[in-house]
Formats: sequence, C-alpha cells, structure tokens
Amino acid sequence: MKIAVCAKYVPEAGGRIDPQTKRLDRSGEGALNQFDVNAVEEALKLKEASGEGEVVIVSLGPARALEAMRKALAMGADRVVLVSDDAAAGSDLVATSRILAAALEREEPELVLFGQQANDSDGAVLWAAVADRLQRPLISQVAELTRENGKLRGKRQTEYGYDVIEAPVPAVVAVSDAINEPRYPSLKGIMGAKKKPQETVSLSDLGMDAGEAGEGGSRTQVYALNDPPARGDTVKIEDDGTAAEKILGFLLEKKAL
Amino acid sequence: MRPSDYPPPFSADEFVAPPGEAEIEVGVLIVGAGPAGLACAIRLGQLLEEQPQLAERLGDVPVAVLEKGKQPGSHLLSGAVVNPRSLRTLFKDRLRTGDMPFSGRVEHESVYFLTPKRSMRIPTPPTMRNHGNYVASLSQLGRWLAERAEEAGATILSETAATSLLVSDSRVRGVRTGDRGRGRGGEELGNFEPGSEVHARVTVLAEGTQGHLTGVALERFGLAGENPQVWALGVKEVWRVQKPLDRVIHTMGWPLRAAKRYREFGGSFVYPMGSDMVALGMVVGLDYRDLELSVHDLLQELKTHPLLRGLLEGGERIAWGAKTIPEGGFLSLPRQLHAPGLMICGDGAGLVNVPALKGIHYAVESGRLAAEAAFSALQPGETPWRRGALAGYDESLRSSWVWQDLKRVRNMRQAFGRGFWLGSGLAGAMTVSRGAFPPGNAGTESDVDQELIRGGASKAYPAPDGTLTFDKLSSVYLSGNKTRDDAPNHIRVRTDVPGELAEMWEHMCPARVYEAVDGGGLEVTASNCVQCGAISAKGGRLTPAEGGSGPEYTNT
Amino acid sequence: MKTLVFLEDHEGKLQKDSLGVLSKAASLDSEVEAVLLGADVEGLAGEAARYGAKRVHVMEDVLLAKPLPQPRVDALETLIRAEGFDTVLFAATVLSADIAAALAARLDAGLNWDLTDVVLDDGKLVGKRPALGDSVYIDVGWTSEPRLALIRSGTFEPAESGGEADVVRFESRLQDFSLAAEMVEQAHEESEGPSIEDADVIVAGGRGLGSPENFALVEELAKALGGAVAATRAVVDAGWYPYAAQVGQTGKTVSPKLYVACGISGAIQHKVGMQSSGLIVAINKDPNAPIFEYADLGVVGDLHEIVPKLTELVRARRAA
Repeated sequence: MKIAVCAKYVPEAGGRIDPQTKRLDRSGEGALNQFDVNAVEEALKLKEASGEGEVVIVSLGPARALEAMRKALAMGADRVVLVSDDAAAGSDLVATSRILAAALEREEPELVLFGQQANDSDGAVLWAAVADRLQRPLISQVAELTRENGKLRGKRQTEYGYDVIEAPVPAVVAVSDAINEPRYPSLKGIMGAKKKPQETVSLSDLGMDAGEAGEGGSRTQVYALNDPPARGDTVKIEDDGTAAEKILGFLLEKKAL
Repeated sequence: MRPSDYPPPFSADEFVAPPGEAEIEVGVLIVGAGPAGLACAIRLGQLLEEQPQLAERLGDVPVAVLEKGKQPGSHLLSGAVVNPRSLRTLFKDRLRTGDMPFSGRVEHESVYFLTPKRSMRIPTPPTMRNHGNYVASLSQLGRWLAERAEEAGATILSETAATSLLVSDSRVRGVRTGDRGRGRGGEELGNFEPGSEVHARVTVLAEGTQGHLTGVALERFGLAGENPQVWALGVKEVWRVQKPLDRVIHTMGWPLRAAKRYREFGGSFVYPMGSDMVALGMVVGLDYRDLELSVHDLLQELKTHPLLRGLLEGGERIAWGAKTIPEGGFLSLPRQLHAPGLMICGDGAGLVNVPALKGIHYAVESGRLAAEAAFSALQPGETPWRRGALAGYDESLRSSWVWQDLKRVRNMRQAFGRGFWLGSGLAGAMTVSRGAFPPGNAGTESDVDQELIRGGASKAYPAPDGTLTFDKLSSVYLSGNKTRDDAPNHIRVRTDVPGELAEMWEHMCPARVYEAVDGGGLEVTASNCVQCGAISAKGGRLTPAEGGSGPEYTNT
Repeated sequence: MKTLVFLEDHEGKLQKDSLGVLSKAASLDSEVEAVLLGADVEGLAGEAARYGAKRVHVMEDVLLAKPLPQPRVDALETLIRAEGFDTVLFAATVLSADIAAALAARLDAGLNWDLTDVVLDDGKLVGKRPALGDSVYIDVGWTSEPRLALIRSGTFEPAESGGEADVVRFESRLQDFSLAAEMVEQAHEESEGPSIEDADVIVAGGRGLGSPENFALVEELAKALGGAVAATRAVVDAGWYPYAAQVGQTGKTVSPKLYVACGISGAIQHKVGMQSSGLIVAINKDPNAPIFEYADLGVVGDLHEIVPKLTELVRARRAA
C-alpha cells in the first residue's frame, strides 16, 4: 500500500507574527511539525505490518523544509516530495488544500495520513478540505488505526467519547497524538536519510498557476494584530476562615457554576 | 566544608569499552558540531577534495560529526566577539568575511567599573581590544558552519550523544552513542532505540567545555597537565531593544564583591547584535566561595543598574542560556592533546584566552590543525593509531599563534584569580613584559576545593518582576528546553549531603536543577538541565543526556 | 447579511454551543436562519426558533443518522447554493470542524476558525481569534462569500429571544464517496467524567498538596464541580498522579472554563498549559507564588482547610 503523509514545516518554538506582512514569520529555524511525526510513525507501522508498500512525505513549504523532512526519512519513510514555490506563500486553507490535493493526485496513494494539528495554526483541519478535493472518505482524530479486509478501522475520540469508523481505501485519515509513540531514528537511519529521493516541485509541475495559490488563491485575510485582552487584575485575598465562601461567591458571580 | 568532600559517583572507566561489532564505520569521527568540530570537518572536506582516492578509501562516510543537541547550534552559547582570523584561514580563497554570519563589526568599545549606582569608564586594557573583531551569535555561526561542512561532504548526525570511548590495544577505535527511549529508572520504553557503535580511524573530540569523553580520555590516557582546569559560569540573555547600541561594553566591579574572602572574579558583557538586539551576560569564576551566589541572579541584579536599565527599557527578553568557560588558560592545558587514534580540540582542551575572553578562533584553528594531522596520518603508508602518528597535531598547535597567544597571557589568571578584568596599570605591566611578570607559576586550586562560606550574596538579588528581571524557571523555558520529564537522570551527584552543600548547588545552578530539601538532602530535576557544566566544576558530574534533549538555542 | 447557523444535536438535544452561536448570530442578523441535519431532527426546530432562528431548514434522511461530516457537506452545499447564504457559522466541534473545512474546499470559500468573537465593522464581518498559543490576537476576515466561520467552544452563551420560525424541508443528493465511511460504533457519555482536554472544569493539584494522599481533596472537589483532575509536572515526577493528567509545557494544554489550582506555584512551564482557561482560581499558602500574577482569584491560605470546605459548599449549592 502506498501511503502519503502530509507533513508541515513549522517555525521552531513559538514563532512570531511579522507585523508588516501579518503572517507568521517563517524566516527562522523550523522543524517537522511534532504532530506530523505521529502520522509518519503510523504510516511506518502500517507498512511494517503489511510487509510491503511505500511511505511518501508530501509537504508544502520553503526550500529549506526539505532538511526538516529528513527526520521522517531517518525514521524510515521512503521519499519526500516538497512543493516549494514563492507564489504559494501566504496560502490559506482553501489554497493550501488545493495545492496538497494536486500533489497527492500526482502520487495516487491509497492512504493519506495527516497529523493532528500544526503548532503554528492550531487546528487547521486541513485533512477535511483535502479529503473533499480528493473525493475520498475521511476518518479524523484517530487514536487507534487498524486495517482489516481492505478496510481501515479507526477508533477516534470526540467530545462524547469514542466512535469507531470504517472506511474503504483509498481514504484520508487524520491521526491524533495519542495514537503512538514515535520511534527515534537509528543512527543508520539518520545517515541513510540524505540518500533517499527528495523531490522539489513547483506549482506549474502540478499543473497549477500562481493565481490558484498564495494570497490570490486564498479566501481569508488578516486585518490586524492585537495584544491579547488583559486577563484583568488578580483579586487576591487572604484566608480569614471564610475563603471557601468567598470562592463560591466569586464562582457564582462569574457564572462559573 | 568543600564540595570535594562529597565527590560524585563517577569513574572514567565506566565510559571506556572495548569495541564490538561496528554498526557504522566512518573515516574520521568528530564529536561535537561546534566551531572546533565543524572547522575540522570543513578542512577535511577541502583536503579530501584534492585527494579523491583517499576519500574513497575512507568508505561511504569519510567524515562524520556527532552532535548531541537537536541540531548544530542548539547547545552553542557564547558572548560573542569573534576574531575572524582563523575563519579567514579556513575559508581562504573560498569565502570572504562578508559571507560569514556576523551581526556587525566592533566599532567602539568601553569598559566600565560599576558601583551600585554609577558607572566609571576605565581605559580598555590592551588584552581586550576588539578592533577588527565581529559580534556574532555562536549558535547561528554553528548552524552556518554546519551547512558549510555538509557542503564539504561531512555527514552531521544530530540528536546523537557520544557516551563511551571505544578503546582496544591502547588506541581509540571510535565511540558508542547513547541510548534513546529509556525511562526514569533506566527501563526501556516502547520506542527504545539502543545506541550504536561508530568505528573510525581517527576520532576528534570537539565537545566544548566540560566535554564528557574529553574528561574520560584525559584520564584514560594520562593526558592531564600539572594544574587542574578551572571554570567560570556565563549566563546570557538576548534582548530586542528600542534603542540601538553602538558599542561593545564590558564591566567589572558591582555586583561582584571585591573582598578577597569572596573570591568573586568576573564581570559582564553587553554586545550589540545588529541595530535591534543586544546580547548581555554575566561571567563569574566558579571558585567563588559564598554558597548563596547565583550567577543567574547576579545577571538579574546587573540589569537593574542605571547603565543597563536604560538600554533595556521598552525591550523584550527573547533568549536565555548558560554555559561554562574553561579559565585555566595555558597553565591548565593538558600536557598532550593526542593519543593513538585520538585528538582533542577547542574549549574541551581549554584553549581559551581568559583576559580577552576569546576561544572561538582558537577552536576553529585547532580544528583545522587537527584535520591536517588526521589527513597526514591517513595517507598511504601511515596508520593513524601508530604511536605518534597524530603527534603532528600537538606539534603544529605548539608552533601556531594559538600557543603564542595563550602563553603570553599565561600568568594573568593565576596571579589575579580569574584574570578576566584587570586594573589598567597591572594589565599594562603584564602586557609589556609579555607574561613574564609576575614571575613563576602561581599554581591553581580546583573549584571544588574552595571552602564554602555563607556570605549573604542572595540578599541583594531582586525579586523577579517579569519584565526586566526573571526567575530561573522562566529562563529555562526561554532556552527552548523541552526535555521529556521521564528521561533518565544524566547527572551524577551525591544527594546525601549537608544542607549547605545542597544550598550551594541550588543557588549555583542557573536552571534550578537542584533543590535543597528541608531536613537534609538534595532533589534533582534533571529535565531542567541546560547542560552548562557548572555542576561538573563544583562537586558533581554531568554525563551526556539523551540525544536531542537540553536547550534549543538559536541566537545565543 | 444572509446568515446560516449549523445546529448540531446529540442524543436528541441541541448542543449548547450551537445555540450560543445562533444567539450571537441573531444579534448580528435579525433574519438569521438555521439548519438541522439528521435522521429525526425536525422536532428541534422549535428550540432553534426560541434562540433566534427565523427560518429553520431541515433535511431528514436515514443516511444522516450518524454524526459523520461528509454527507453533511453535500447537504449544506445544496442548501447554501440554493439559498445564497453569504455567511455560515459553526460552533466548533470535532464534527463541525471537519464539515466546515470540507465545505470551504467545496465552495471555494474562506474559513476562519477558533474565533472568540465576530463583529460587524462598517458592514464588514470581522472575526477575532487568538494565535501562537494565545500570545497574540488577530483580526481576520474574508475576501469572498460565503464566509465560513468556526467559533471556539464556550464563546457565546445561549440567549433566548423567543419567536417563531418557518420550517422548510429540503433534500440533497449525497455523493458516493461521502457515504463510504461508516460509523460502526457510536460514542456515548463516558462514565468516568470528562477527559481533561474536553472538561469544562478542571481542578489541579501541585506540590503544595504535601502528599499523594491529599489528591483525594482535589478529586472530591472535581467531582462536586463535575470536572476533571489535573496535575503538575512536579507531582507527576514524584509519582503522585499519572502522566495522563499532567498539564503544562511537557504535558497537556487545556482551556477549560474554570481551572482551580491547588498548591500550584504556577511557573511558566505549567502556565503555558492552562493560561487560556476562562477563569483561574488559585489556592496557595505562599503569597509570592507566580500563579497569583495571572489568576483571576488568588487565595492565600491553607488548601487542606479551604478545599474540603469549598467542596461541601459546592455540593450543597448543587443539591439546592
């Protein structure tokens, strides 16, 4: 089975928004998004369980994202395809999903895996948009994934507890970080990573034109940056024996009960 | 009571092993992707380019560099003002100074003597003149050098700690790397990955200050010099500032105390990094005696001085880190820096000019010379593990300007404790006499042998206000340290110690790893550790933590 | 504005956050409409009307019985294209997030998520949301219509405005690929109480508890408040509580409506895991504990006395 893992290159620790462009400052150091590492691990497990197949990492990002994707190769993935094009900068959900879908169609994987979320956009829900473009069934928030009789079976957690959803391949699955503990790459794996195929493609290689990506291809925008609303002053009290009552009063006043 | 009364449970023998099956074979193995290690890798790449047959004979991986941090630069921290001399030599005819990632040339500099409220300008001691030097972030420089090293053909293996030296027949065969995925009690977790044996014809240790295998090798091969090494602890912050700083500043005096019984030697530095950032730090010799002394908090106190407060007004602290610096200078150098199959470079060897506070350019030069020695020893007809095969390294180092520099300033520290900051008159006298004055070798006492006193240093430390001054845990957070909580404890230190010793460690550690427990004993939160090395100088011993853990410095 | 609000139902009831979003939408657009999708949902239209909907579109189909996103995307596409809505709002849930994102791709429409407010600024719809771990807030907008938005859970309180609504049934073809995923087991309420990631209330314990046995105090208060129990790194390290409950930089990040911190000093490693909680109440005997700098209510006192008393008071209040 050919498995494609959509992985994101995200700015190292924290990151800041450039007040000029109002976009995330991606000029600093970056790494493979931690949540996508779970997806890579799951892909490798599926490959190992079936004894055959290929794990391809598909990513949209700047040229130097290739280096960060090597971590996935070091873990055992077979190839990286990076879509890197200046015209893609500033792509929102609509544009990004369009680009990824085009790259994925080129690969024709049976299964597309996503990690839970990117730490730079908190809940992009990209997988649902991509699944729709690829016209494939989707299982999201998967904490346990198995393959039985050509079908995928995902146990996933929602606000209400656990569902179990089955879908035939080809499919799109988004895994949660609870699904596995990613392996550490072995030294041999790290050394072998550089030699594995790493392809960089542009939008035109995908048959897309610049207007379909970047700001032109996006449908949302950022107007302004603000400081977070102040939490307000701390009400500090010392217990004189009535602290419990005072706390209760506070909770009632704030309608927290 | 002295820290040396409670030595840590550590023996070098534990970290020496006979080689077994090689999992990976490389030509030259370099431990540490810092300026020394990367300069070595780059020079080797240049030499091998001219001799492709040799490159081929060295196998698939002629040059490998192991780095215990998440990536090159993650564990690098320094002031820094860099003398570009050895980098120019390394990149001769290939790159120019303008291509190097410096943040600016030193145009002006000032040295101040501080009192609690005032700052008095004093003439810059000749040993400290920085004209022609560049301000840089060592972490960024490391990342840049790593890219050059990879371009030159080196394989860099990050998140990989070298834990044991592989030795047989008195020759170094390579290293064993550390396990990953062990739990708090050493048990194997679900994603346990054992370390590997990496065999090499030549192993170069470029581990930086308190290098683990360096310490092991010095003991195993009897390479230590007459005088023990001594260290200073530097704690550093990077700030985004409103007003640009136009000069390099060094200070001495307050908040350190001059009275002899405290043995507080050191000072601070403030360097402009471009027009909108400033790097500042406090450096204090670890032979201090007041058990309440905390370099982290001295830095916080320093920032409240009018000279600094104004500079940082309206700014934002964006990075923090800590690292020790070897301060013994020439007289604490090992008697030999090679053994069969092994060479030692950089800060690990102690190649630091203390009065000038410079070591990066020596690291680069020593790495370059090590590369040339390795290259010679790998030529057809020579074997790198023959006794003396790598002696060329020591010879070339001794006849280089590195040696001359270090020799010239050799007596300064011994005569004045940490010779970091000198009265201008004395500095002049020593410079003029080229180190001959004061005469003799005053000897060195180990940091662990200093008798501890309670001197009330902590009274002056400001309570953190979260804007200008900060607490240690906030600082650790800013170092990018995300070490997993259930990682095994990599610190060897006795926990059944008197309250005062526990307290000393609690204050000493800039990352709040140690806490004195009420009623006696010591609590160790190893996952806070930023691997600065202070504990190794003051009674405990760092061993390598799991590869990839520790700080993630980017612009220190 | 022509606004549509997606209403989610669970076990026969309209979900509280959906009603909150509907109430808010009604304040922006007095003619707001709502949509109900499911096997047997028409009965909920009356409630939708009470919370502000002027018209409720209903599609009932056995193929919509299970809470799966993809068939709903087809239904919503049909409705939105037919009616020409320019704004579609969702209360963020696992289900609605999947729907909204797929719908964005389907309609080539902008989607802004994790919004904590929506305002009309000179006729322009502006969403407000936190970013980068709540360290900055950004104003976001749309460059085309329809405008899709996911509102962060707990943002808007439901407010009844009375009223009646027209109920309009509609139909839609559902695509084959949308129906390919099957829910073979559906979730039901967990009996052990909410997980800390989903809990509205969290009571957390730190070193100030003094001993592992004292976690019982935290558990009792959590039970009384109907919340989950969390722990700091220090106590998890010491083995007092399992790692699954750890909140902080190296544990989980939570944002409940109420976070009660007992015996927690609140260093930044812990703070980053809970700083976006709605209300933070801290009880600690150390008046200089960092947590007092960002708690909404800080109580300096002995938690071993205060917590049990508070538990009693809460129980009594709930019983009344």
